[in-house]
Amino acid sequence: MTNSRLTYREAVREALREALARDKRVFLMGEDVNRYGGAYACSLGLPAEFGDERVRDAPLSESAFVGAGIGAALGGMRPIVEIMTINFSLLALDQIVNSAATLRHMSGGQFSVPIVIRMATGAGRQLAAQHSHSLEGWYGHIPGIRVLAPATVADARRMLWPALEDPDPVIIMEHATLYNDEDELPADGDMSVDITKAATRRQGSDVTVIAHSACVKKALNAAEMLVGEGIDCEVIDLRILRPLDDETIIASVRKTHRAVVVDEAWRSGSLAAEISSRITEQAFYDLDAPVERVCGAEVPIPYPKHLEQAALPQPQSIAAAVRKAMRR
Amino acid sequence: MRNIADDRVHLTREHAVELLRQMTRVRRFEEKCAELYTQEKIRGFLHLYIGEEANAVGVISTLTGDEAIVATYREHGHALVRGLPMNEVMAEMFGKAVGSSRGRGGSMHIFSAHHRFFGGNAIVAGGLPLAVGLALADKMLGIERATCCFFGEGAAAEGEFHESLNLAALWHLPVLFVCENNFYAMGTALARSQSNPSISARAAVYGIASEAVDGMNVVDVEAAARRAVHAVRRGEGPRFIETKTYRFRAHSMFDPDLYREKAEIETWKKRDPMVLFADWALSAALLNLDDREAIEADVAQEIEAAVAFAEAADFEPVEDLMKDVVSPPSEYIR
Repeated sequence: MTNSRLTYREAVREALREALARDKRVFLMGEDVNRYGGAYACSLGLPAEFGDERVRDAPLSESAFVGAGIGAALGGMRPIVEIMTINFSLLALDQIVNSAATLRHMSGGQFSVPIVIRMATGAGRQLAAQHSHSLEGWYGHIPGIRVLAPATVADARRMLWPALEDPDPVIIMEHATLYNDEDELPADGDMSVDITKAATRRQGSDVTVIAHSACVKKALNAAEMLVGEGIDCEVIDLRILRPLDDETIIASVRKTHRAVVVDEAWRSGSLAAEISSRITEQAFYDLDAPVERVCGAEVPIPYPKHLEQAALPQPQSIAAAVRKAMRR
Repeated sequence: MRNIADDRVHLTREHAVELLRQMTRVRRFEEKCAELYTQEKIRGFLHLYIGEEANAVGVISTLTGDEAIVATYREHGHALVRGLPMNEVMAEMFGKAVGSSRGRGGSMHIFSAHHRFFGGNAIVAGGLPLAVGLALADKMLGIERATCCFFGEGAAAEGEFHESLNLAALWHLPVLFVCENNFYAMGTALARSQSNPSISARAAVYGIASEAVDGMNVVDVEAAARRAVHAVRRGEGPRFIETKTYRFRAHSMFDPDLYREKAEIETWKKRDPMVLFADWALSAALLNLDDREAIEADVAQEIEAAVAFAEAADFEPVEDLMKDVVSPPSEYIR
C-alpha cells in the first residue's frame, strides 16, 4: 500500500470528494464554498467535479442555510453544511438546538436529521474576538447531536464518512490552525474510522493529559518536554466531544492516578469542567492529586500575537500543570 | 350577500360538505380542548386556532397527500385537516404514548412522518428554513411537488423569515408560504411591531409573487392557494399568500387578553368563517340544514371517541425517557 503526504486541508477536501462521489444525496452548502473555494480552501476544485448544485454557494444567512440543510436532510438528502467559523454558527443556533437536536425525540422517534455541519473553530491566527473562539463545549452540552473534533490529518480525512452515515446530526469542529498540518496517510484502503472512541496518542504511566483539537499537539509537546524530568505522560485525544468516551478517560486515570485537562475554551462551564467532574465522580479514589485544568484565559481573544498566545494553553503551561499534579 | 365562490374553485356539493366538515372538526375539537384544559387533562401551552379555520382548510384542500406541511405551535387544525387521526392528535394533547408524537410534544409539537407533517414548530419563523430545505431536497431529487409552510405575521419580524424568502426565491424552490395574519403576535399588534404592516408586500420585494386574501373566507383562501400551488408545482418558484384572519380566543390559555378591544373581537366574530361559509352554502342551495346537523353529529361522535381513546391510553413509561434522543446504536451521554 502506498502512502501519500497531505495536509489537514487536503484531507478535508479528499473526504468531501469521497462523500460526494459515493452518495448522490450528499451535497456541500455554505458561504463561499463554490466560487471562492471555501474560506479555508477546503472545497477548492470540487465544483468542477460535482457542479454548482452539489457544491452550493449560500448567501450570508446562517440560520436559513443551516435550517435548509436540516429540511433537506428530513427530505431525504445528506447535506454537509459548512459554517465559516464557529462564531458565525451562533446565528444558526436556533436551527441547530431547537430543530436538529430536538426533532427525533420531540416527534417520538419519527424523524432522523442526517445532517453534517462543519465549522472552523479556535484561535491562533490573529483573527481577534469574533473569529477565534472555542465554543465547541456549548455544542457538547446539547443532547441529540454528536460533536467531533479531528485533531489529526487522518481523522480529518476519515471522520466525515461515518458522520454522514450517522442518522443524527453531527457537528465537525475543524481547528483553524490545523489546516496546514501535514501527515502521511495510506493512499487507499479502508478509510472508515470509529467515531465513538477517544484515542490514546501517547502511552505513559505518570499522568493522563486529556485534550482535543489543536491542544493535542501542545499536550504532546509538553509530554516531550517532561521526558527529561522523568515524567511520563499519557496523552488522550478526545476526538468525540459528545458523547464523551468516559471509558477511555477513566481507564487511563485509573492507571496513572493523575489527570490534567487541557481546553482552549474558557474555564467557566467548560468541557474541561465536565471532564474534570466525571473523573472526580468515577475515579475519585484512584486519584493521587487533584485534577488540574489548563484553559483559555477568560477574555475575548485579542488581536496582537503576544496577547493571543498568552490567552491560550501552551506546552509550557500544560507542563506546569503536569508538574503541579506530580507535586514537582 | 356576495357570492364568495366567484373564482375558479369548483364548488360541488361534495366539496362544500367537505370544507364545512373540516372547519367544524377543527372548531369543535378545539372547543373540547379548551374544556379539557380547564379540567387539567391538557396542560402546558394551548394555542387555539378558533376563528382561523378557513386558512388551514382552504390551503390544505389544495395539497396532495405527499406535499410536506410545516406549521407552527397553533397547528391542531393543520394536523387534523392534513389527515392525522383525531384520536392520535387528542392523545398527544393528553401526553399519551399513542399520541402523534408519542405524547412528547403536546399541543405545540404534533408530527407525523407518515403524513409528511413536519410540526409543530414553536419558534416563531423557525419552520421557514425547514420548508426551504424540504423543497430543496425535492428539487435536487427531481420530485415535482410543493412544500407548504404556515406561519403567523409575527414571523415577518424575524430574520429567519427574510433569510428564508431570499433563499427560496434565489434558488427558485417549490415552497408555498402561507402567512396567517391574525394581526397580533401574542399581545403585540401588527402596527406596534412592524414598520410595513403589509406582509405580502414585504414578500414581494424578494421577487416572490404574493397576494393577500380574506382569511375568513374559505373559498377565497382555497382559490388563492390553488392558483399559487399550481404555479409552485409548475416550477415557477415560491409563492406567498397572506391571509387576513383573526383568532377569537386569547393567545394561549394563560392570556387574559388585555390588549384587544372587546368591540374589535366582536366585529371579527361577525365574520366567523364557519358561519359565513355555511350560510352562503345554504343560500346557494349547495347544502341544506340536514347536512349541517349531520356534520355536527358526526363530528361530535368523532370527538367523543377521541377523548375516550385519549383517556383510556397509557402514558409512555418513564423508562423510555431517554429513548430516541439519538438513534438506537449510539450511546446516550451520562
